[in-house]
Amino acid sequence: MHLSDLWFIAIAVLWAGYFVLEGFDFGVGILLPFLGRDDTTRRVMINTIGPVWDGNEVWLLTAGGATFAAFPAWYAAMFSAFYLPLLLVLVALIIRGVAFEYRGKRDNSNWKRGWDAAIFAGSLLPAILWGVAFGNVLRGIPLDAAHNFTGNFFTFLNPYALVGGLATLTLFTLHGALFLALKTTSDLRRRAHRAATAIAAIAVAAGCGFLAWTEASHRAAGWSGTGIASVACAALAAVALIVAALANRAGREGAAFAANATAIAAATAALFTALYPNVLPSTVSAAYSLTTANAASAAKTLMVMTVVAIIFLPLVLAYQAWTYWVFRKRVTGPAAAPAPKGH
Amino acid sequence: MNVLDLSRWQFGITTVYHFLFVPITIGLGFLVAGFETAWLRTGHDRWLRLTKFYGKLFLINFALGVVTGIVQEFQFGMNWSAYSRLVGNIFGAPLAIEALLAFFLESTFLGLWIFGWDRLPPKVHNACIWIAATGTLLSAYFILTANAWMQHPVGYTYNPKTHQDDLSSFAAVLFNPAQLAGFPHVIAGCFLTAGSLVAGVALWHLMRGRAAAPAAADAADVADGADGANGAATDAADAADGGGQVTAFRSALKAGAITAIAAAVVVVATGDIQGKLFTTRYQPMKMAAAEALYHTSQPAPFSLFTIGSLNGSHAIFSLDIPRILSFLATGNFSAQVQGIDNLQQQYAQIYGPGSYIPIIPVTYWSFRAMIGAGMLAALIALVALWATRRGRVPTSRVLLAGAIALPFLPLIGNTFGWIMTEMGRQPWIVYGQMKTAAGVSANSAGEVLTSLIVFTLLYGALAVIEAGLMLKYIKAGLPSEPEPGAAAEDQPLELVY
Ligand code: HDD
Ligand code: HEM
Ligand code: HEM
Repeated sequence: MHLSDLWFIAIAVLWAGYFVLEGFDFGVGILLPFLGRDDTTRRVMINTIGPVWDGNEVWLLTAGGATFAAFPAWYAAMFSAFYLPLLLVLVALIIRGVAFEYRGKRDNSNWKRGWDAAIFAGSLLPAILWGVAFGNVLRGIPLDAAHNFTGNFFTFLNPYALVGGLATLTLFTLHGALFLALKTTSDLRRRAHRAATAIAAIAVAAGCGFLAWTEASHRAAGWSGTGIASVACAALAAVALIVAALANRAGREGAAFAANATAIAAATAALFTALYPNVLPSTVSAAYSLTTANAASAAKTLMVMTVVAIIFLPLVLAYQAWTYWVFRKRVTGPAAAPAPKGH
Repeated sequence: MNVLDLSRWQFGITTVYHFLFVPITIGLGFLVAGFETAWLRTGHDRWLRLTKFYGKLFLINFALGVVTGIVQEFQFGMNWSAYSRLVGNIFGAPLAIEALLAFFLESTFLGLWIFGWDRLPPKVHNACIWIAATGTLLSAYFILTANAWMQHPVGYTYNPKTHQDDLSSFAAVLFNPAQLAGFPHVIAGCFLTAGSLVAGVALWHLMRGRAAAPAAADAADVADGADGANGAATDAADAADGGGQVTAFRSALKAGAITAIAAAVVVVATGDIQGKLFTTRYQPMKMAAAEALYHTSQPAPFSLFTIGSLNGSHAIFSLDIPRILSFLATGNFSAQVQGIDNLQQQYAQIYGPGSYIPIIPVTYWSFRAMIGAGMLAALIALVALWATRRGRVPTSRVLLAGAIALPFLPLIGNTFGWIMTEMGRQPWIVYGQMKTAAGVSANSAGEVLTSLIVFTLLYGALAVIEAGLMLKYIKAGLPSEPEPGAAAEDQPLELVY
């Protein structure tokens, strides 16, 4: 195996980590207007992800940085091609990040409502757009011989990619509902559970549909070793997703969340194995496609990065796990404290 | 405007904006960590209240630092894809390592600090913000490595087959002499910024509190002498001075002003080293432009004030001190310093025809603005320290204006420092190797214009919101009741957001 293959895997792992982690905080943001009936409930919801959302987002930054370092041509072509969608994602992440920090900083209901809307929109947009973007990466985009994008914004709006957007939207929303059921108490917990039941059906349909479409179109392109691996990952994802839905029905909150996390990770693995050895296929000519071979950095850079990752990735995982341990308790509102007289 | 100009404006605007928040985050993180440690060591409430007060300002600022940083991470691919292809081997590695080493550290431990007040033992809680602050230093080191490489590329070989720069020595990139000179300069600038913010706010509160309750302030000042040794006396005086505001802000003023003054000394020393390095070795053109020195001179005078022709091609009037530039640039009063016109000829011979001269008025004036604004901040900090010695509370209106200006001056210094550094490097994006015009993406002008407008409007709105919040929390003063820091395992998580 070449180091460039190792880094392809590393980038897949970073995206899987990103989707599994930020997936649930996107989901919580999307559910905010639906489950958060009053200000206290909304605060409880936001506080379930409060200590971790920023750390979750860094998985994306690391994936971006790793792509730049390990596959400069991929980073350059992909980010300049997806210019406008990426702009939307950035705007969404900006208003969302600011909203978490600022919403509680003034005691004014208009102020709070405005930031709640920012959290909702800032979570909804990327949850859809990441699916659309991955759909387009897998399907290929028009790249010329210099790997420059020759399409426009509407190139991205094809049915396959839109199904991808629906899949990530519903999977992340389900993930958020399962997370809330796991992390909250009483009424909110019950309603999160019910919301998960309702979304699960759509998520199973959209998720399995997108994976099936992916495997079918890549099957047409010919079988390879990774093709079989991809089908296996997709099957695992589908099974895990169904297990998540069933566990949620049975009221097994921990199992349901873990199963859905597995489903998201396996689905990401299925997409990356289907993509390999391409990193960004060209729909103009296969000769113009970017692959792990022609987009990769030279060996020295990959070697340096490998050493750094081997030393520091375990450390990062250890202290992130510790944070989740510190904040393992369910979050309840001040209502749990003795209510002031007169209420 | 073409794609190149639009992309340059976009990069300039978003990066300068990011760097308004960055120095506050870096410096204030350490100061707040120090306040919390002081509280743990002395047990005195005022340090806890200062931790919470400045901690809140820190977090309001940090939020914008984070979200504007995300844009930075993706901008290279979006707007500068030709550049990214050429340099990814070298430039991408520090960026990726920064995310892995620094951003995870900052975000995770800051999350623990914000939400951990009642979850973690006090010492562990304090350790969290020290770790987060260390993360900001690591982050600065790696990103500045990347920037130093663009100023002075080292440790690479050009590979004509792939049209990429291949890494030949990562150590050379990490310990680039331009980086070793620049990093302490930038970090000292960050401490100057945060020290000035802390001191400016504290001085303003002291002077305002004085106007409101002079008698109470005096009572507190008496107690200040017995500080720490006699907690009961101080607490009694706290009640008299409006809940201990005066005593606490006096401590903050001292901490902030001393930080700012010490940092200013380091800024000058390291700036001098950078100046020598860049004049004699790395980018003589930039430094000649920063001095508007058109003709190679021996010895060279230092220009206090120059009026140039509108296009910056020659000087019309200039007020000089003889020999000083020779000394600043080389350490020798009679050494030769190369001038813009002579350098242009040399460059044209090496790199082919074209102009290698940056926009001289911009480089010249931003160099002076950088130094002037930063030094003025240090001066105000010094005066503030003197005016408040041994319990005095100044009433001078000039000093009150100084207190208000103090937090802003280093921000101006930082901004102009970057403008000088980056615009003085033009026309190069990677010095001596790739011109900025060759680095830009193949996107349409419409796309870039859209994002330029979106970011400018969004950033403008966020600036107004953030300034409003900062003012609100600055005016509110210290939080009134000190909160217990004990860990309460069975209680529900406190709602922070
Ligand atoms: C001298 C220091 C310095 C400089 C020159 C830059 N930054 Fe920065 N950056 C920081 C110092 C910093 C910091 C102090 O570490 C921040 C500020 C607020 C924060 O959260 O961390 C940060 C935040 C920050 C973040 C968000 C991290 C998070 O989510 O926690 C990103 C992605 C970047 N930066 C990326 C960049 C890029 C690509 C730059 C170059 C154009 C850049 N920064 C210039
Ligand atoms: C945070 C501090 C920084 C500030 C305030 C800053 C500021 C600027 C400014 C004002 C420009 C000039 C725009 C122009 O002349 O049109 C510029 C250009 C540029 N800088 Fe920096 N810079 C910073 C750090 C960096 C870093 C760390 C890098 C690389 C990692 C970098 C890379 C570039 C690039 C690629 C350009 C584009 C070329 C250009 O437009 O001139 N800058 N920057
Ligand atoms: C006597 C005082 C100072 C001197 C001699 C000095 C010198 C320099 C020089 C020569 C550079 C350019 C290096 C390059 O081209 O890469 C520079 C850059 C810079 N300066 Fe200063 N400076 C001084 C004060 C300040 C102050 C007070 C601040 C901020 C408060 C500041 C902030 C910066 C920044 C942010 C940069 C750009 C980053 C860099 O390249 O290191 N400087 N300074």
